[in-house]
Amino acid sequence: MRVEALLLLGIGFFFGVVGLIYWFTSYEDAGFLMLMGTMLLGLVPGSYYFFWHRRMKDSRPEDRPTASIEEGAGVVSSFPHSSIWPFLFGLGAFTTLLAFAFGVWLFLPGVVVILAAVTGFTAESRRGGQV
Amino acid sequence: MTDVITLPGTGAGVEGPHEGPVGGHHAEGEPTGFLKWITTTDHKVIGMSYMVTSIIMFYLAGIMAMIIRAQLVTPNNSLLSFHVYNELFTMHGSLMLYLFAGPFAFGGLANYIVPLQVGAPDMAFPRLNALSYWLYLGGSITMLMGFLTAGGAADFGWVAYAPLSNAVNSPGAGPDVWILSLVLTGFSAIFTGVNLIATIFYLRAPGMTMFRMPIFTWNMLVTGILILIAFPVLTAALVMLFCDRHFGTHIFSVQGGGVPVLWQHLFWFFGHPEVYILALPYFGIVTEVLPVFSRKPVFGYKGMVFATMAIAALSTGVWAHHMFTTGVVLLPFFSLLSLLIAVPTGIKFFNWIGTMWRGHLWFSTPMLFCIGFLLAFLMGGITGIFLAAPPIDFAVHDTYFVVAHFHQVLFGSAVFAGFAGFYYWYPKFTGRMMREGLGKAHFWLLFVGFWLTFTPQYYIGMEGMPRRVAVYPTHPGLEVWNQLSTAGSVLIAVSFAIMLVNLWVSWRKPIVAGDNPWDAHTLEWFTTSPPPHHNYTHLPPIRSERPTWDYNHPDAPSIGHGGRVHEHHLLNGHDGDRVGATSAPTNGHESVEPK
Repeated sequence: MRVEALLLLGIGFFFGVVGLIYWFTSYEDAGFLMLMGTMLLGLVPGSYYFFWHRRMKDSRPEDRPTASIEEGAGVVSSFPHSSIWPFLFGLGAFTTLLAFAFGVWLFLPGVVVILAAVTGFTAESRRGGQV
Repeated sequence: MTDVITLPGTGAGVEGPHEGPVGGHHAEGEPTGFLKWITTTDHKVIGMSYMVTSIIMFYLAGIMAMIIRAQLVTPNNSLLSFHVYNELFTMHGSLMLYLFAGPFAFGGLANYIVPLQVGAPDMAFPRLNALSYWLYLGGSITMLMGFLTAGGAADFGWVAYAPLSNAVNSPGAGPDVWILSLVLTGFSAIFTGVNLIATIFYLRAPGMTMFRMPIFTWNMLVTGILILIAFPVLTAALVMLFCDRHFGTHIFSVQGGGVPVLWQHLFWFFGHPEVYILALPYFGIVTEVLPVFSRKPVFGYKGMVFATMAIAALSTGVWAHHMFTTGVVLLPFFSLLSLLIAVPTGIKFFNWIGTMWRGHLWFSTPMLFCIGFLLAFLMGGITGIFLAAPPIDFAVHDTYFVVAHFHQVLFGSAVFAGFAGFYYWYPKFTGRMMREGLGKAHFWLLFVGFWLTFTPQYYIGMEGMPRRVAVYPTHPGLEVWNQLSTAGSVLIAVSFAIMLVNLWVSWRKPIVAGDNPWDAHTLEWFTTSPPPHHNYTHLPPIRSERPTWDYNHPDAPSIGHGGRVHEHHLLNGHDGDRVGATSAPTNGHESVEPK
């Protein structure tokens, strides 16, 4: 966890410094704001990781150079074997966006498919399998 | 159906307790055929879909490039109308950059390889991964739809500068679908970036510390972070552009009090990291291939990692070096940071050469493509240093000099290194070998064609020919150099026809590859080819950055990060064509020794 946290915090630190230098040399606001946004992108998750790094008593097996494969034994996660909902969500997003180019009527099928897909996603997660 | 993944609590060489759907068997009621493809959440299937789609986009964009080069054979050619010419170069650039080079790397290769390299059963969010692909496919279809609209496809260049891209100068549905397509593919890229970072942070195998990860995985981690920095800015800018076109806002129009240069700031804040999103994965591929075919560990592992981070960090601070001629940017700041990028890139070159130095080089197809990359990227990189100096940039901005520069950079990385990776991992994807003879023919034709196409363009640019023009004056130098450039592009086209033949031959007359035909180092070569569902039934102990090599060569002295040369099991006298024929016992303790 330590390397991950330092990586993200380093990004935040670097862009904080570069952003300040940029502001005081150019006074150009668009670039300055984008650099500050990038700084937050590093600092916010980086602080979270650092908090967990400090809080965890034992480092994870993947952070220990001498860990054996057995130490990782146990449930990793629950992965869906197959799911139709990503495809339907993609189809819905595709249709909805095309409404902006070709006509408002495409909104209706697009939004209906997206809502169905979101419902399906959620139900699938709750039941832990294909719905 | 959900698979609960349990890591086997067993040592190497012992079958894990995977039964049921995990081991690649199909449970009752599993979808098959087309339904299986659209419901898949397997990172390998999604990765292959990404690769196939993006290579189709590559061929389409390549055909457009051929038509563009045909138009430029003679000074006042009337093969294409100006409008069609503008559409073609816009779509060539858009397809190559947004739909081929990026997705091929972070959607295709990374999706397939990164979970394997860190010993994970799948990506961290498999359904999000599937959604990424469907958004990407939808975005690709949307972009191609532009050709079917009444006014034709977008014709404002892949950078869509305001005010050219507003509703007055570029009316019609073609530019609209171009914008919408990038919104879709932008979200797809963001989701893939999140997925890659989460996979690398949370699903590594025990013992796979951050500084034991293969360099390709490191580069994909940094690329994932760059995606999160860059793509949201693009998506936001596109929404603003769309509002300007249709909803009466004046963000980029002077008439309403807006600032056209703001588009360039937003676009290039995306666009310059995007260049490194397109380059870093390919640097990673080269860093995987060179050690394997030099029979050495990578030279300067940590230097490589920190150079990657430095390139990524600096690349986010140099966006306005594309805007020197606007006259409203801070030249010293952007020039200095741009020149600084040469330092970490130089470290990488030094380490790549150090990896090959005194190694036992095996000039297989992937290795040749990597060496082609080194030369192409060196030339493109050095001319990039020229362009980072404002005085030179003022002289050659928007000329063919710039075209030659970025084609050498991006063709060098996305094509040379990209297809090096494709040839290298093809046995892992399919369990079959590509033919070495055809692969080498592909390389040499491509290599000659590449230099013949793009080197003359430096001269054309210095003579003052602007980019994005369909006709040019009958200047004595311009015509012959343009014809040379077109001749080179024909060679490139032929070379990619040979690659199709190679794929066809490999499909019709398979040569079984075995698990580890190259005697490679990293974890993905430990499992079968192609890998089973959820990738691993057992894992070797991970004690260095090349666990598969350690497992296959237990008597070899172990190595640290220093990259000292240990000459063991050297494979001399390779005949590349017959290497593939050995379906080698790759998880055994033998190297692949050709007959």
